[in-house]
Amino acid sequence: MSELVPEPRPKPAVPMKPVSINSNLLGYIGIDTIIEQMRKKTMKTGFDFNIMVVGQSGLGKSTLVNTLFKSQVSRKASSWNREEKIPKTVEIKAIGHVIEEGGVKMKLTVIDTPGFGDQINNENCWEPIEKYINEQYEKFLKEEVNIARKKRIPDTRVHCCLYFISPTGHSLRPLDLEFMKHLSKVVNIIPVIAKADTMTLEEKSEFKQRVRKELEVNGIEFYPQKEFDEDLEDKTENDKIRQESMPFAVVGSDKEYQVNGKRVLGRKTPWGIIEVENLNHCEFALLRDFVIRTHLQDLKEVTHNIHYETYRAKRLNDNGGLPPVSVDTEESHESNP
Amino acid sequence: MAVAVGRQSNEELRNLSLSGHVGFDSLPDQLVNKSTSQGFCFNILCVGETGIGKSTLMDTLFNTKFESDPATHNEPGVRLKARSYELQESNVRLKLTIVDTVGFGDQINKDDSYKPIVEYIDAQFEAYLQEELKIKRSLFNYHDTRIHACLYFIAPTGHSLKSLDLVTMKKLDSKVNIIPIIAKADTIAKNELHKFKSKIMSELVSNGVQIYQFPTDEETVAEINATMSVHLPFAVVGSTEEVKIGNKMAKARQYPWGVVQVENENHCDFVKLREMLIRVNMEDLREQTHTRHYELYRRCKLEEMGFKDTDPDSKPFSLQETYEAKRNEFLGELQKKEEEMRQMFVMRVKEKEAELKEAEKELHEKFDLLKRTHQEEKKKVEDKKKELEDEVNNFQKKKAAAQLLQSQAQQSGAQQTKKDKDKKNASFT
Repeated sequence: MSELVPEPRPKPAVPMKPVSINSNLLGYIGIDTIIEQMRKKTMKTGFDFNIMVVGQSGLGKSTLVNTLFKSQVSRKASSWNREEKIPKTVEIKAIGHVIEEGGVKMKLTVIDTPGFGDQINNENCWEPIEKYINEQYEKFLKEEVNIARKKRIPDTRVHCCLYFISPTGHSLRPLDLEFMKHLSKVVNIIPVIAKADTMTLEEKSEFKQRVRKELEVNGIEFYPQKEFDEDLEDKTENDKIRQESMPFAVVGSDKEYQVNGKRVLGRKTPWGIIEVENLNHCEFALLRDFVIRTHLQDLKEVTHNIHYETYRAKRLNDNGGLPPVSVDTEESHESNP
Repeated sequence: MAVAVGRQSNEELRNLSLSGHVGFDSLPDQLVNKSTSQGFCFNILCVGETGIGKSTLMDTLFNTKFESDPATHNEPGVRLKARSYELQESNVRLKLTIVDTVGFGDQINKDDSYKPIVEYIDAQFEAYLQEELKIKRSLFNYHDTRIHACLYFIAPTGHSLKSLDLVTMKKLDSKVNIIPIIAKADTIAKNELHKFKSKIMSELVSNGVQIYQFPTDEETVAEINATMSVHLPFAVVGSTEEVKIGNKMAKARQYPWGVVQVENENHCDFVKLREMLIRVNMEDLREQTHTRHYELYRRCKLEEMGFKDTDPDSKPFSLQETYEAKRNEFLGELQKKEEEMRQMFVMRVKEKEAELKEAEKELHEKFDLLKRTHQEEKKKVEDKKKELEDEVNNFQKKKAAAQLLQSQAQQSGAQQTKKDKDKKNASFT
């Protein structure tokens, strides 16, 4: 009879408490070359990154993504055929690209959600999004649980969700709160104030304060979550971002204009040119540095180590310790002798 | 609310060109920073006879004196001793674990010598697998104890591999990255060394032993790995003592006929080993252990437990289904067993009850018997008593009657005498 209960963990030879030796004093060994080795390996395999943008239509989602990645990543809605109606339901569109910079290859997937918040009755419009996110976790879990696993499991899990807040200047809408409440538990949410060029500096800072307060009052943990700060250094750095900069008030643009002899991305208005990458004008540069240059790996790790693990644990627990059977593979079982 | 999930097929990935500096080329740095803050693990297993120089070589490789007492030759069997050390170089922290085979090759009967080694390696894989299968798991700060590299120390006989070596390496080659090295290489002359190396390599190949192949797929390391592979197995000399060579102190062994310098490439291959093991391929060794050896172990273990990826009709059988089927089977078995036990229990109880009832009945009978006997006795006694009473009564009656008679007799006598007296008196008159 084959036992399902795993055998009791055999006792390996118990290593003594590690002895700390500072080898700097005794001559160079070469352990620090592992950093180079690791870097070479990761550059060869490349990276995956999946970013989702959520917000009502017309808030500038596609423009912002194009500005972030300095290329035509999303087709803008305004360039759609006029005959195409606004979708009646929330659709999920994932488009993959391969971009390369400095020898680093990245497979970027932008997940768009047209139709979100656009209907008259928007009840439960976050459900398709939540379902999509959970489906990606499920896909990954299935691959991981296989006996003969792939060397590198393709990662389609959503690493980051940019939520676009409409710049009303007052406070968050009920739809915003509902969405973020539901989704902050399954994915990293980064709230962004869209079209920030409609607010003056004072309006902007007041709005941001109000939004922060409302998020706190409603118990919404956006990325970077307080509970996942690993050490003091992270904590102070993230605290600063959480309490002062977020949510980032951004302006997006993919057109270039001449300002002071330089070509910069911006928006031309009768009263001046709004420079996208100028920190005095908007916080796009902060968002870009935050998401891409400093916290990209951390976004992926929080998704993998925390959100995915939570999903997995819940899945395994709900089914009494085993992943559920999928509907389409329900064939006759063979009971093993 | 219906969801239309429209997705462009992932095969048509568009290659985009960037019109400016985005900044994700810092990704490898971000990744590396994270890893550095967590620290690295590296575990080496040294297999070789007692006294062949394993501990000395480790000391020489890592430039330090790991405290250990030399083992005796009297060990009854092979056992593994693992020791962990924390080394730090610039900002890299390495958790190094060195596992030693104590007593290898000392026994008279060496049939089972390889078994403790295989068991140890499997135990580390098992521990990792257990952690991976847990519901609430923490893989990202798991202290990885799986063996990344196995240094197999070959004795410098100069002829060929010993059969113990062949058998052991054959058992280990699918579980761990084997790097064969010739120990105490200063006992072999240079021309003999070359012949010895070729003999060893051809024996390994003809016996199908898979040793670790230095990776040649990446341009930067392909060249150096290719040139180094030619010198396998590395002939090493270890020493922690320093001898003055020229105007520098160098690690060396001093003989009356000369000095063998450890770090001199003409004298031995120690530098090559260090290059290969630490400075070029440490990360690849770790990766091979995880993606090849561990996956193989996992696959075998899960298949052994009865899981399959496809059923006999070769339809993809999801692990979940098998798991559920097995689980139900197991639960069914458990239930059956429980039923059986319950039945047995009930039966036993009944038996015991019957026994007790028997005993009780017996007791009752005994009691009744006793009671009856008692009653009979009592009756007898009473009868006797009655008899006695009767007798006494009779006696009393008789006595009374006798007394009466006597008194009557007396009275009649008295009367008679009175009568007589009267008569007499009468007669007198």
